[in-house]
Amino acid sequence: MKLQRNGRSKALAIGAMALVSSLSLAACGSDDNSDTKASGGSSGSAAASAAVNCGKNGTLLGAGSTAQANAMDVWKASFGAACSGITVNYSGGGSGAGVQQFNQGKVAFAGTDFALKPADVDASKAVCTGGKAIDLPMVAGLVSLVYNIDGVDNLVLDGPTAAKIFDSQITKWNDPAIVALNPGAKLPDADIASFHRSDDSGTTYNLTSYFAKTSGGAWTAEPSKAWKGKNGQSANGSAGVSAQIKQVKNSIGYAELSFAQLNNLKSAKISTGAAQPVEATAANAALTLASSTISGTDGDLALTLDYGTKADNAYPIVLVTYEIACDKGNKAETLDTLKSFLNYTISDAAQKSIGDKGYVPMPAAIGDKVKAAVGALA
Amino acid sequence: MTSSPPAAPRGRERRARDSRVGDKIFMNFARGAGILLLVIMAAIAGFLAWRSGLALSKNDGNFFTTFEWTPDAPKPVFGIAVLVFGTIVSALIAMVIAVPVAIGIALFISHYAPRRIAQPFAYLVDLLAAVPSIVYGLWGALFLVPHLDGLTSWLNQYLGWTYLFDQTQSGTPRNLFTVGILLAIMILPIITAVSREVFRQVPRMHEEAALALGATRWEMIRTAVLPFGRPGVISASMLGLGRALGETIAVAVVLSSNSVLSLHILDAGGGTFAQNIALKFAEAGENGRNALMASGLVLFVITLLVNGAARLIIARRKEYSGANA
Repeated sequence: MKLQRNGRSKALAIGAMALVSSLSLAACGSDDNSDTKASGGSSGSAAASAAVNCGKNGTLLGAGSTAQANAMDVWKASFGAACSGITVNYSGGGSGAGVQQFNQGKVAFAGTDFALKPADVDASKAVCTGGKAIDLPMVAGLVSLVYNIDGVDNLVLDGPTAAKIFDSQITKWNDPAIVALNPGAKLPDADIASFHRSDDSGTTYNLTSYFAKTSGGAWTAEPSKAWKGKNGQSANGSAGVSAQIKQVKNSIGYAELSFAQLNNLKSAKISTGAAQPVEATAANAALTLASSTISGTDGDLALTLDYGTKADNAYPIVLVTYEIACDKGNKAETLDTLKSFLNYTISDAAQKSIGDKGYVPMPAAIGDKVKAAVGALA
Repeated sequence: MTSSPPAAPRGRERRARDSRVGDKIFMNFARGAGILLLVIMAAIAGFLAWRSGLALSKNDGNFFTTFEWTPDAPKPVFGIAVLVFGTIVSALIAMVIAVPVAIGIALFISHYAPRRIAQPFAYLVDLLAAVPSIVYGLWGALFLVPHLDGLTSWLNQYLGWTYLFDQTQSGTPRNLFTVGILLAIMILPIITAVSREVFRQVPRMHEEAALALGATRWEMIRTAVLPFGRPGVISASMLGLGRALGETIAVAVVLSSNSVLSLHILDAGGGTFAQNIALKFAEAGENGRNALMASGLVLFVITLLVNGAARLIIARRKEYSGANA
């Protein structure tokens, strides 16, 4: 049986090929431009670069966590404006992929939502001659419990209740446990539609770590990137979860603060044992971050977050993402650039600039240690 | 290639020699293309098998019967039971909906519609194939899902006794059934386009013979067009099935996935191979990536089996095929 080749589709295919090739040509063109600009030196924009120590010209490659991609975008732009001789290239792709590429020596630094595992540190010794990879806390944020209930604007939850809701142990909005936390609120006699992430994510990991610490045994699964709760619906990414919350009445889910703000979603206050239930704001999350302790050893700055905090106004569900670099044995040709970029990202100005994007500026207590560690990179 | 003036006898000689060279070049080119395809297929299979082996040797669960997918845990446990089920069920739903509709559209275009309507109509159907799958996914998530509530609760009310359509959870229908409908729309154009071309190839003599024997138009289609076109329709369906089995991003956006295997197709949950790979790849560690490759290998094998089955069906029904016409 023969099929007639359709002349029209042939023409379409030729057109599409022409389009694709012209696009790729254009892409090559812009690459060339940025290259010439890069080699053109950093004499321009001297005023802006006054605060930033640029170091050697060149290209700096990074990869990893998508949770910090928005922060990287902000920093790339402002750092690029100050140091026109340096091109920073951060490709997302996820924490796992980032750490893998770092340990293969393909990127100078990696972003990750989790502190390195001992196996990853061992593997890094092949790339870091005479040293090893260390975690540098760089981008902090918070996870807000977003909900959509008509007529309820100030929902208050605590660790055990939230854990039970997400684990389908509490299935009605007018459950006595929720009513007890919300005296006077008009909670409907409706099923709770709980949403979680269908993809593996650091957000899920931090939320379940909070549950494991504060739910008083209600959350039995180990903290993990993959969702382990019972029932509930799932959606792809924080954007997907936010879209479902927006769409479905009587629903609850979790997302980074920026998604709650972007989609105009209400965030639950958390009753932590402090005098007042705590609102999900960057300032409140910073208080919790400031009281976190450093659990990394030997120069590693991995943090143990204080999920169980009872301090006034301290919002407990926080997250920290790290940059991974070698403490010693970074590649000679990128060391200078790497240090100048990381010095910039931990600077107060850079941390403040990502505050608008729903991230939490790193408190000084931790920021100072990171600055010292970046200065000591070799 | 070579174009020589046809006039003089010397020219004719040269043309013959040229065309022999041309034949050789073309034959080698065609053979090379064929070999290249085989090499690529073998390379893909080899790569997947190698990475799968690495993952499977570390698996603490049974790869074929485990529901969970936790390859990066200290004790890696992962299995494809849910994924096999979800992939096949959603593709089957899509086929059940899409194939009859596609045959209807194809017959309408080839035998019923006046030429003035048939041409633009065929073009419209082709256009459906040009819509990127992420657009189908967003449309599915933002429009189809909220508007399917009515249909799913109707099915639950009147066909709930079949177990299949029994809805045990409330909530929006982000389930395998909705995914099946979405996939049906996505594979409709390819099945329609190929079937339409096959139906157009039916020898005019067959059709006129049927009509001359007093058949109505429907009887003519049943006795002359459909038997002639059957192998073509089957190949078209297999092409569609291939797309339905491998569809990734639209499923990832629409389906509320979990690691539960349930025949209640109206309940949210389940998963498919491609969707699982898309969602888990970004945050996967070393073993997680290998485990995903292993699931990809299984999808690869399933697709090969489906295509093989289609070939068998077509070969068995040779007496219907156009070769004897």
